Amino acid sequence: MEKPVNRARLVKAPEHFISQELIADINSNGLDEKRRGFLRNGFMSAISGAAVGLVAPYTMAAGEGDPAILEKQEWQTTLGKNVATMPYGVPSIYESNLIRRESPGLTRVSAASVAFTPLQGLFGTITPNGLHFERHHQGWYNINPETHRLMVNGLVKNPRVFTMNDLMRLPSISRTHFIECGANTGLEWGNVAVPTVQYTHGMLSCCEFTGVPLRVLLEECGADLKKGKFMLAEGGDGSGMTRTINLESCLNDAIVAWSMNGEMLRPENGFPLRLVVPGVQGVSWVKWLRRLEVGDAPWNSKDEAVHYIELMPNGDHRQYASIQECKSVITTPSGGQQLLDKGFYNVSGMAWSGRGKITRVDVSFDGGNNWRTARLETPVLTKSITRFNIDWVWDGSPAILQSRAMDDTGYIQPSIKTLRNVRGTRSIYHNNAIQSWKLDSNGEVSNVQVG
Amino acid sequence: MFKLDKLSVCLGFTALVAITAQSSFAQSGSAKFPGIGRVATPAEVAAWDIDVRPDFKGLPKGSGSVEQGQVIWEAKCASCHGTFGESNEIFTPIAGGTTKDDVKTGRVASLKDMKQPQRTTLMKVPTVSTLWDYIYRAMPWNAPRSLTPDDTYALVAFILSLGEIVPDDYVLSNTNIAEVKMPNRNGMTTKHGFWNVSGKPDVNGNACMHNCVPFVQIGSTLPDFARNAHDNIAEQNRMYGPYRGADTTKPPIKELPGLSGAGLAHAADTHSASSKGPAALFKNENCSACHSPNAKLVGPSIADIAKKYEGQSGALDKLMVKVKAGGSGVWGAIPMPPQAQLSDEDRKTLVSWVLSGGK
Repeated sequence: MEKPVNRARLVKAPEHFISQELIADINSNGLDEKRRGFLRNGFMSAISGAAVGLVAPYTMAAGEGDPAILEKQEWQTTLGKNVATMPYGVPSIYESNLIRRESPGLTRVSAASVAFTPLQGLFGTITPNGLHFERHHQGWYNINPETHRLMVNGLVKNPRVFTMNDLMRLPSISRTHFIECGANTGLEWGNVAVPTVQYTHGMLSCCEFTGVPLRVLLEECGADLKKGKFMLAEGGDGSGMTRTINLESCLNDAIVAWSMNGEMLRPENGFPLRLVVPGVQGVSWVKWLRRLEVGDAPWNSKDEAVHYIELMPNGDHRQYASIQECKSVITTPSGGQQLLDKGFYNVSGMAWSGRGKITRVDVSFDGGNNWRTARLETPVLTKSITRFNIDWVWDGSPAILQSRAMDDTGYIQPSIKTLRNVRGTRSIYHNNAIQSWKLDSNGEVSNVQVG
Repeated sequence: MFKLDKLSVCLGFTALVAITAQSSFAQSGSAKFPGIGRVATPAEVAAWDIDVRPDFKGLPKGSGSVEQGQVIWEAKCASCHGTFGESNEIFTPIAGGTTKDDVKTGRVASLKDMKQPQRTTLMKVPTVSTLWDYIYRAMPWNAPRSLTPDDTYALVAFILSLGEIVPDDYVLSNTNIAEVKMPNRNGMTTKHGFWNVSGKPDVNGNACMHNCVPFVQIGSTLPDFARNAHDNIAEQNRMYGPYRGADTTKPPIKELPGLSGAGLAHAADTHSASSKGPAALFKNENCSACHSPNAKLVGPSIADIAKKYEGQSGALDKLMVKVKAGGSGVWGAIPMPPQAQLSDEDRKTLVSWVLSGGK
């Protein structure tokens, strides 16, 4: 494989790679094939050294200033690429480190696994579609929208079938909401298990979804919303993913959605149709949605009676633990990151609540002993991610960074200790504890649990 | 005037009801959104509405014995779940951890005493309908919806016999399934604040701002040996900006790099690291769903295949044919589905790569 060339860095010209002896030799005897060979070898070794970045990138050359300013660059002096060279754009090649990743060893088969969103590199509140986390139970398909159908049956006057053509003609709404897997941060119930925020919190994304309100579709089919307290949502994948939806809690804000951030849903996220159930754990946002059945009792389907259940210390299993409670996490800096130097930093993170709006986020730099209130950036939307920022001047001494969110129901995000006191350590799901990041004096940040 | 208004509204409403009722026979039955959607035929509803609830609404007629279940199990299920449903290799175990006493009480004791390292399906699931629905809709894992109702009754019967919930000579059917007593039937609760948006949380934090804790104690950290367990974190962060990734292939650096970044040894950029080649093809074409590098999954491991065919002439051609057409019997009862979607070139790349042991 070709060695990667780091174009982002200024690499010093390969100088002083010819020995004094060789210079003297060439000066007195002239160049011949043997001596050219020496030169070539010397040159190549200097290049390979530079390519792995052993040369410090930001060292200003002695003299008049920064070569990034003083020297003409390729992009100033040559013709760039045509429009539509990339008809559907992709991120810069310098952004290729930020991708969805699996956690090694988490599952044995990738078709029933998770790929985590790289929260450590995101800004604002919206997750780019290509980085939206993935969680599949039996693999994903590129379903042909021409042959995709949505059926509504059960306690309805008229069981009906809709094509994508039908659905996309209906009056649509667009809403921005977070989706979080119930198992997000679940690896950390017992102890610290993974190094970075991508793996601790990356089963979290937030997008603008467009589609038809669930209520409109159910009313259109003459659903009996008095007897029909529940709905089964079913996916068109191999797992035939089914989930009981509590209509009372979501009838006013659930969406049958085809779009995510202005484009159609990505196949990995349910193209061409998925259910959006704001505030409720991701497994209920059934992907490749093909059927809605209205009923008078829950279904106890596999993912609500076998998998997504929480084990309490008394041996009880909590079933239908749906709501994602108020939670926050600092994303920059976060675990696995390295700070360059002392001085000023913008510390930033995300806060969200399945019950409503974020009203406040506090940040501590001393492991939770003292707190300062962070800036909430707009927009602050219900059941959506809110970005927070806080100024910080780091003096170079060790620190423990934490964030603590509150929502408009008055709920305050708890510590891991408080959470464990009630729910033990075997829950897997709904770990919304305060996250702690330890910063060492060498600038390296690591995942720790306090208390 | 008021009365008249009310009357006209009433008439209008009646007319609306009449239109709706009449149009329910038409292809487009909507008053509000004419031309959108159509009535589902009974056959269509029957084709898709396969779910089974705890009250057994939706359960089709049929039956199957433990003995029949065992035969199907060994052919289609055992490679992932183990001969006795005990395997923890690919998915969590199906059977184990329950006792005859649990069947009596409806509470699985091992969920409380923590003696079981892993929760099995039988320890968790409270309703037998869930097992039936799960298997019928989604199993076998790589060939969902391929089992008949009778197959499903037989498999459920076999699983129940593994948990000693039914005797070995049991025949499970739609008429006796309601008599099955699941070991954890009383172990589920919905008495918590998560079911509804208006539910009351069981835990809450506090909003203390100053001198909140007497001392800060770190209770858990990532052990040193796990430093590189998620690969090099340097390659999972930006190569520029204030927050870089730590080079986890090396021990932590001694001191701050400084604004120049000097001492940051992690500067290998991964942007041109290619995700092409046979390994990526193997994953993208979903071969990795059944074959892993070293351990047996649904199918044999790459290492085992390479070993079996090592030095055999004609192995490449033979396997090329097999990958295209599918096959069974060489590695057990689970068939390899045909992979006709692969181009000849890709097929050759993949088979050569597998025969080389994935190198």
